[in-house]
Amino acid sequence: MTRYVARRLLYLVPVWLGISLLAFSLALLAPGDPVRSTLQAQGIDAPSAEQVRELRRELGLDDPGPIRYAKWLAAAVQGDLGYSVRTGEPVLRSLADRFPRTAQLALIAIVLGLALALPLGILAALFRDRAMDHVSRLGALVGASIPSFWLAYLLIILFAVQLRLLPVAGSNTPQHVILPALTLAIGAAASLTRLTRSAMLEELTQEYVRTARSKGLRERSVVVGHALRNALIAIVTVTGIRLAGLLGGAVIVETIFAWPGIGKYVVDSISGRDYPTIQGFVLFAGTLVLLINLAVDLMYVALDPRVRLGGRAGGD
Amino acid sequence: MATRSEILLEHDEQGGERLAHGGRPGAFRALFRHPTALVGLAIVGAMAFVAVAAPVLSPADPTDVDAARRLLPPSADAPLGTDNLGRDIASRIMWGARLSLGTAALATTLILTIGVGLGLVSGYYGGLVDDLVMRVVDVILAFPALILALAIVGVLGPGIGSVMIGVVSVAWADYARVMRGLVLAARERQYVEAARATGTPNARILLRHLLPNVFPPIVVLASLEMGGLILAVSALSFLGLGAQPPTPEWGAMLNDGRAFIAAAPQLMIYPGLAISVVVVGFNLLGDGLRDVLDPHTRR
Repeated sequence: MTRYVARRLLYLVPVWLGISLLAFSLALLAPGDPVRSTLQAQGIDAPSAEQVRELRRELGLDDPGPIRYAKWLAAAVQGDLGYSVRTGEPVLRSLADRFPRTAQLALIAIVLGLALALPLGILAALFRDRAMDHVSRLGALVGASIPSFWLAYLLIILFAVQLRLLPVAGSNTPQHVILPALTLAIGAAASLTRLTRSAMLEELTQEYVRTARSKGLRERSVVVGHALRNALIAIVTVTGIRLAGLLGGAVIVETIFAWPGIGKYVVDSISGRDYPTIQGFVLFAGTLVLLINLAVDLMYVALDPRVRLGGRAGGD
Repeated sequence: MATRSEILLEHDEQGGERLAHGGRPGAFRALFRHPTALVGLAIVGAMAFVAVAAPVLSPADPTDVDAARRLLPPSADAPLGTDNLGRDIASRIMWGARLSLGTAALATTLILTIGVGLGLVSGYYGGLVDDLVMRVVDVILAFPALILALAIVGVLGPGIGSVMIGVVSVAWADYARVMRGLVLAARERQYVEAARATGTPNARILLRHLLPNVFPPIVVLASLEMGGLILAVSALSFLGLGAQPPTPEWGAMLNDGRAFIAAAPQLMIYPGLAISVVVVGFNLLGDGLRDVLDPHTRR
């Protein structure tokens, strides 16, 4: 168990370095001269030769690539991701300031998503091939196929424009979180429902379920106390992965609902050609997902006695 | 872009190795008897027909601006109404199918070529190549797909070409990983050992022996990938990073319609419906193909 955790932690290092290299290299993809585009972003369209030379040195562009990466990485490790060319603020602080709003949205969405998916998935498995199953599977199919940016507007048309129950966009009141969270939740619920159904079907055919039933346990305690408990291992894993995926969904949903999180911020940065912020965001998002995946894996170890006791310390 | 990782997960749970046996004989005929697959095939076929025949089918030029015909409700003349610039919505959706399906098909081809190719090589040769490819895969898969594609497109600048580069450079990684797993399982099989023992060249073993046998699960993934790509491409276009005006593209049409959501909700309804229907089609087809190609995974 300790060895598994140690190996798991050690594995983070090369992947994180890879993520940082990727984030750094993104700037190399940018078309045009980075000095000129930075000056343009600052509103200087016809810079003097002196200004160009000054900024070149300031941005460290005179060094060869590997040195620039090493310097960038050394600064990044110390929390310095450079400055936004759009706002002039430190990139890390801009991201860190906005992150709580994104986390809030994603957590509410995943709780809502589970509240939808668990009952639907369990019922679908219990009533396999009956009406309930078909309804749940159809719902999951449609939920997985609808683009979130369309779903968002369907919800706006229904709840904000027609029924006038909820605000369209913004973040001033608690009600503002409902529509963006619901949009994300429906997408997440689609895959979680499918997974809950198949995990429950898998468990319900196991030997121990038959034993529990033959002992005369009530059906509810067989389903909830035995099958669901084991199915939860798979569900927790996927919930963690979905949570990381919600970060991607948040980019679109935050933009639509003017929710002041990091998703909307990065879209604004892209329109502003703010490369340091885009790079910082990639490093930030990649690091965050690594940590979420680590938490999921450790939770998996804690939940699954087969792994915990070292019998099957699989996974990497 | 939920579908991609979700499918692969399910794929992993159900044991990719078992899928490596190859298709059953008569799988193609079975597809036509599978109701889910048939519905999916019909939807995808109909959309593909619309995409190909758009120049003939569309009632109007999709970029024809007419200030006198702004925001008209549906009529015999304009079956789905007109948009804020007086353009025929039905025609724009038909031409949009061309762009969406065409982009997704081209991207899928590139993704399959790169992913399957690198996965084959990585799994068959192992060693340093394998390590290198798999570390890159690890890094790419550490991101939610849309985030990385978005950042790449964001840096490259808007345009359908950037979107293509963005989604392809992210999506190949899953295929390389799945393919490598399938190859590792298949490599130990007798037909490969036999081929190697008789001195068959590596390239021939890869292309003539391994590839056909690990192909069926890749077909399933490709069908599901098409749906995921259509979602991803339209999402990036919706954010203003893909197709640029006046090009008719579904995500871009939704972006254009945002300002008129209260006055003319039909601008928002039909393009989104088109995306949803075609993605449902590809997902149904993919699910059906999975059942047909490997009956064991049927749940």
